[in-house]
Amino acid sequence: MNALPDWAAWLTALLLLLGAGITFIGSLGLVRLRKFYDRVHAPTLGTTLGTLNIVLASMIYFSITEARPVLHEILIAIFVTVTTPITLLLIVRAAVFRDQLGK
Amino acid sequence: MMRRIFPFPLFSVALFAIWLLLNQSVSPGHLFAGALIGILGPIAMTALELPRAKFRRVRAILKLLWLWFEDVVRSNNAVAMIVLHPNLRGATSGFVDIPLELRSRYGLALLAIIITSTPGTLWTDYDTATGVMRMHVLDLIDKAAWVRRIKERYESLLLEIFE
Repeated sequence: MNALPDWAAWLTALLLLLGAGITFIGSLGLVRLRKFYDRVHAPTLGTTLGTLNIVLASMIYFSITEARPVLHEILIAIFVTVTTPITLLLIVRAAVFRDQLGK
Repeated sequence: MMRRIFPFPLFSVALFAIWLLLNQSVSPGHLFAGALIGILGPIAMTALELPRAKFRRVRAILKLLWLWFEDVVRSNNAVAMIVLHPNLRGATSGFVDIPLELRSRYGLALLAIIITSTPGTLWTDYDTATGVMRMHVLDLIDKAAWVRRIKERYESLLLEIFE
């Protein structure tokens, strides 16, 4: 295992904090926003840029310490992005159905 | 004959690539296992009787991915600002109806993923009879602008790729 140079340590830490921060803001939105349809928007922060930053941090860290390109994290970003809408759509469709029943 | 072995060639390639990426290896054993999965997976999929997809124009696909990325970055920022704003201006959200010309099921599915995965916009409904899509926008100011935006930014490219 290779030592991590300073610039890479800073970059990894920065990306990790950025990703975690964005995900946190998304979760905060889930609590702060008041209407159901508004709240569904918030968690997508974590599933897009939040995940992307953390995935990038992981790719940089392991590519350097293991001295070979470590790229399989990219699959996490792809699968999270493509599958989150399925859950969100299911929840939203259920809410639309409930609203129509109430009328 | 080729159609029988590779009913969905792109899907075969994708499965093969995903297998190699997951195992982080191009050793003969993994190449063989990946090829096997790439051939057997799509053959199993034929049981679902999916309609054949048109999927072409690499330039349009790359442009679509870039626009999507651009929107994701911009709207992450916009939604974060709304959430962090001390007195939540939450009253501006609402629904927009967008009449679509796009009829390809795969194109519509991709549009649903693009719109929903972008913070601030959400696909809520689609009427197959009229082709009208309904979406929810967190920061809704100008409805007509959203109709133009979806049609010009995404629908035109999706029509090019899938129809």
